[in-house]
Amino acid sequence: MTVTCSSCDKNAILKRPKTGDALCKECFYFAFEEEVHHTIINANLFVKGETVAIGASGGKDSTVLAYVLKVLNERYKYGIKLILLSIDEGITGYRDDSLETVKRNEQQYEMPLKIVSYEELYGWTMDAIVKQIGLKNNCTFCGVFRRQALDRGAMMLNVDRIVTGHNADDIAETVIMNILRGDKARLRRCTAITTGTEGALPRSKPFKYTYEKEIVMYAYFKKLDYFSTECIYSPNAYRGFARTYIKDLEKIRPRSIIDIIHSGESLSFKKEVKMPTQGTCTRCHYISSNDICKACVLLEGLNRGLPRLGIGKTHKERRKVNK
Amino acid sequence: FSGGAELLFDHIKKHQVSLPQQNDKWTIKKLLIWMKDNLLKERPELFLQGETVRPGILVLVNEADWELVGELDYEIQDKDKIVFISTLHGG
Repeated sequence: MTVTCSSCDKNAILKRPKTGDALCKECFYFAFEEEVHHTIINANLFVKGETVAIGASGGKDSTVLAYVLKVLNERYKYGIKLILLSIDEGITGYRDDSLETVKRNEQQYEMPLKIVSYEELYGWTMDAIVKQIGLKNNCTFCGVFRRQALDRGAMMLNVDRIVTGHNADDIAETVIMNILRGDKARLRRCTAITTGTEGALPRSKPFKYTYEKEIVMYAYFKKLDYFSTECIYSPNAYRGFARTYIKDLEKIRPRSIIDIIHSGESLSFKKEVKMPTQGTCTRCHYISSNDICKACVLLEGLNRGLPRLGIGKTHKERRKVNK
Repeated sequence: FSGGAELLFDHIKKHQVSLPQQNDKWTIKKLLIWMKDNLLKERPELFLQGETVRPGILVLVNEADWELVGELDYEIQDKDKIVFISTLHGG
């Protein structure tokens, strides 16, 4: 029993979650690439002559992103210069292996690669951090440090923009996560395709409307080289709950993922809702909505042997730092 | 197996299997039960959920999405190639 492609006569190899259409290999490649191209054009993501750093972890999303951006850059002449930027968090057995993949990507896609490590930026590897604080809240440290690391790495390279491989599933998870936690500030920002325009380097997500399933299928059929293991410290992350929920939803109604993103984009907040204002950290001058940015608070905690500094209720922790 | 799923199956990506003869046809539903008893080496909850695969694990039958051929009800033919790809990891 074979199904025919809805666009041509060949045999279909995939059923698209977004539309329910059956597509053959070539039509799938075309649909996949064209949609990313339209996302880029509609959001005016690139300016001719820009240098764009691709946040590359060696995982499926960033590898496919690097491949597709290279294809589209050539096909549609965006005129941008692409480089790979990788962050080494210092997680033995996970990050060292995935960095090998990025180094191969550097050869395969002919893009220059820069690797920046937590060790050189902060003096702490994730392994050392976990040894200090245990297995809970590691993702908080890693996520905060990684965002800054990407920005600092990009500034060292003098790029104009960062792109990351966050896909539709990721963004839908983030919307749900922020609703579950009552995080209004993040909820408002998380569906924007480009963030960080004032002050910090703009950071865009060309895969915003691209389903994770399609990214994996694209990589599989095109035989793209990527690294696939769960970070050893991640099983306790809060995001796991949102992810399970999204995956279960996708099974029942695949369009939910895109629809959740559209709901998130349409949210507007009542005037009375207080939002934090943006400023700069008094210690490191990084972008922050508090006097001292989260990374500095976390680092202070690590260096002072106060591992819970920066985790949990803010006012208690602020008092500790000010002491 | 790929995408990390192989870790649950003795870290071996390709398994050549001969399914025992039986009266009813072998469907994927039955294959999964057989796999759980014969191939799955650890943590079944990471691969299976109820009667089917855990959401987030893609299944390809002869290089085509299993959703196109009836998912669990597809009847397996001789020399079929079935691929299980896990998507449950960082990108």
